[in-house]
Amino acid sequence: MIRYALGRFASLVISLIVASIVIFAVVEVIPGDPAAFMLGVNARPDTIAALRAEMGLDQPLIARYLSWVGGMMQGDFGMSWTYKTPVADLIGDRVWVSLPLAIYALILSTIVAFPAGIYAASRRGSAGDTAIMGATQLGVAIPNFWFAMILVLIFAINLRWFSAGGFPGWGNPLAAIKALTLPAVALALPQAAILARVMRSSLLDMLGEDFIRTARAKGLTRRQALWRHALRNALIPVLTIIGLQFSFLLAGGIIIEQVFFLPGLGRLIFQSISARDLIVVESVVMLLVFTVIMVNFIVDLTYAAVDPRLRVRA
Amino acid sequence: MHHFKRLAASTAIVLCASGALAQDSITVAIQLEPPNLDPTSGAAQAVDSVLYANVFEGLTRFDADGAVVRGLAQSWDISDDGLVYTFNLAAGVTFHDGTTMDAEDVKFSLDRARAEDSTNAQKVLFEDIADVTVIDPLTVQVTLAQPNGMFLFNLAWGDAVIVAPESIETIATNPIGTGPFTFTNWAQGDRIDMARNENYWGAAPALETATFRFISDPTAAFAAMMAEDVDVFVGYPAPENLPQFEADPRFQVLVGNTEGETILAMNNQVAPFDNILVRQAVTHAIDRQAIIDGAMFGLGTPIGTHFAPHNPDYVDLLANSQFDPDLSRALLEEAGMADGFTATLKLPPPSYARRGGEIIASQLRAVGIETEITNLEWAQWLEEVFTNKDFGLTIISHTEPMDINIYANPDYYFQYDNPDFRAVLDELNATTDPAARSALLAQAQTIISEDYVNAYLFQLAVATVARAEITGLWVNQPTAAVDLTGVSWGN
Repeated sequence: MIRYALGRFASLVISLIVASIVIFAVVEVIPGDPAAFMLGVNARPDTIAALRAEMGLDQPLIARYLSWVGGMMQGDFGMSWTYKTPVADLIGDRVWVSLPLAIYALILSTIVAFPAGIYAASRRGSAGDTAIMGATQLGVAIPNFWFAMILVLIFAINLRWFSAGGFPGWGNPLAAIKALTLPAVALALPQAAILARVMRSSLLDMLGEDFIRTARAKGLTRRQALWRHALRNALIPVLTIIGLQFSFLLAGGIIIEQVFFLPGLGRLIFQSISARDLIVVESVVMLLVFTVIMVNFIVDLTYAAVDPRLRVRA
Repeated sequence: MHHFKRLAASTAIVLCASGALAQDSITVAIQLEPPNLDPTSGAAQAVDSVLYANVFEGLTRFDADGAVVRGLAQSWDISDDGLVYTFNLAAGVTFHDGTTMDAEDVKFSLDRARAEDSTNAQKVLFEDIADVTVIDPLTVQVTLAQPNGMFLFNLAWGDAVIVAPESIETIATNPIGTGPFTFTNWAQGDRIDMARNENYWGAAPALETATFRFISDPTAAFAAMMAEDVDVFVGYPAPENLPQFEADPRFQVLVGNTEGETILAMNNQVAPFDNILVRQAVTHAIDRQAIIDGAMFGLGTPIGTHFAPHNPDYVDLLANSQFDPDLSRALLEEAGMADGFTATLKLPPPSYARRGGEIIASQLRAVGIETEITNLEWAQWLEEVFTNKDFGLTIISHTEPMDINIYANPDYYFQYDNPDFRAVLDELNATTDPAARSALLAQAQTIISEDYVNAYLFQLAVATVARAEITGLWVNQPTAAVDLTGVSWGN
């Protein structure tokens, strides 16, 4: 187990180093001078030069890369050029929108998908199974931003139960959760549909395995075999999907954040790219990459916990 | 799906808080969030939209109609040679941190803006200042190197507001001005809050608090207005929804002018646009009304030169460039381009450019001019088009007020080089007599219209959607501003 974990950890570190180089290189080659962008069309060349110096853009590329990575190791993400506040503060504020939103959506999708998938698998071919599979087909097909607009139309404009968007901050936790509810539902729907389908097919695969037949032969009912033996084994593909979904929910809320004008990480990246606030883009993307790699690392470790064979194999 | 609705519904019942709107607070939405709150550095208009006239004030200011009126300077004397301006400052003015605003602060602000290492995006406004002298705490004297008829106008810009040395270090996140509203909080990404300045030197505003929110997505903007999350939307991004708001008794729709001359700019130094016949052919190929209707849903006023039509000095020169495809083809033939040609058309993000670009491309195709359309982000546009001048055609709205002087700079991206025009502008700068200035401005407008420097399309309109009870909002945008000084909930 320890060797397995160390192996995963080494690959995590290498991934992070490669990612930092790629991110820095890609972001730096985007055309457009950040200083010229900030100063607009009436600025004089000497004004632009003064601002470039103020932002450290007159330094060589390698020096800027090293100071960026070195800063991040010490938890210093640098200073945003346009917002003129530390990048860590910017990210800190936004994470408390994006992270709870992703967790909220993940909880919603899991709450719906697990029972639906298990129910459909245990009653394969029944009317209930057909209905659930039909509904998930629809759920996968509906784009989440469109679903978000429909939610706004119904619950914000017509019923007036929710605000159409915005985020009041965590000063009032109930209001904050309320503000995240419609976006979380919109994000959760397609995820729940995918997860329910994966849950069902994975369970059905397991139910056809030899060890289930053995368990049945020992006298377990079909339902007992499903809950005691099949479910645990069926969880591996489901966990993989949940891991992927979490990364997607965290980074991919960008459109939903636009629809509900939420001050999250997606919106921060969007604004920073258009404003050429490169230091913010680099740091946020790096943070997301770090999160995705960490989530995969944890998922890998969870596999080992669920499936003892993996511990030996590594 | 059913599960979700039930869940959402039950959550809503638990969480739904009922809060009656106090009628002395207002929530204003604009499209873009300011990157920071320092009006004296970057060019981002959103900074002025939030802070101009609300938090910060200059020596002079623009009123709702764009006229230059008194600000912190209550009166001024101009020497006969037009070089020395003596400003008498309002008495008893304090900054929001309690420090006194006096002549030293004026000197500090102007010297800072024109300093060598200044990062003021409109440093050019202060270029003619030779010296700023404090006479006494309420009198400051500004000496110019040469007469400048635009000087009082320049001082009204948001970039020329008066700031204090005591608070300048943190101005980007904690703006301290002298205005009728005090900045209270910025939840970055979501809102900026301000409250009435109880120590304001002028007439107190009616509103107790104001909140600015930032919504750029057209659908989200519609939803936020309809759900009454916001009371006012200045620069409403979806003109296609306006009839719906007009028909709804809860709302009022104000359509006004901006200082944005929207033009199809041509690269005057690059073939074939270095040929005036080709440029003239382009202008006659364009049907302005079709662009206004198709791209702007009817919002916008056609212009025949680079000047705002609501300005009293505007000259109607539309006749120089009437829509006439036959004439356009004839001119192309005369220029030796009977078979047409292909040009690049580079489009920045706003819808006037993206939607307008498609319409212009088809209008140009009708006379034989093919275009290669490239969509650019702002930062790319600035680099490729504005700085490197690597373009044939581009569509852009010039939103700075009174910016006809850009035609006097041969290095400006469309590269118009005409000594006669520069002579007129030099004379204009040195002239302070209003009648003489009007005549010179008319002359300048006529020269660039007859030289077909660019194809002048339309004056960009601005739509404001607001709750019906609200009064005192600016209809026009003579500068980027949401002046809340006179705004109230009716009664």
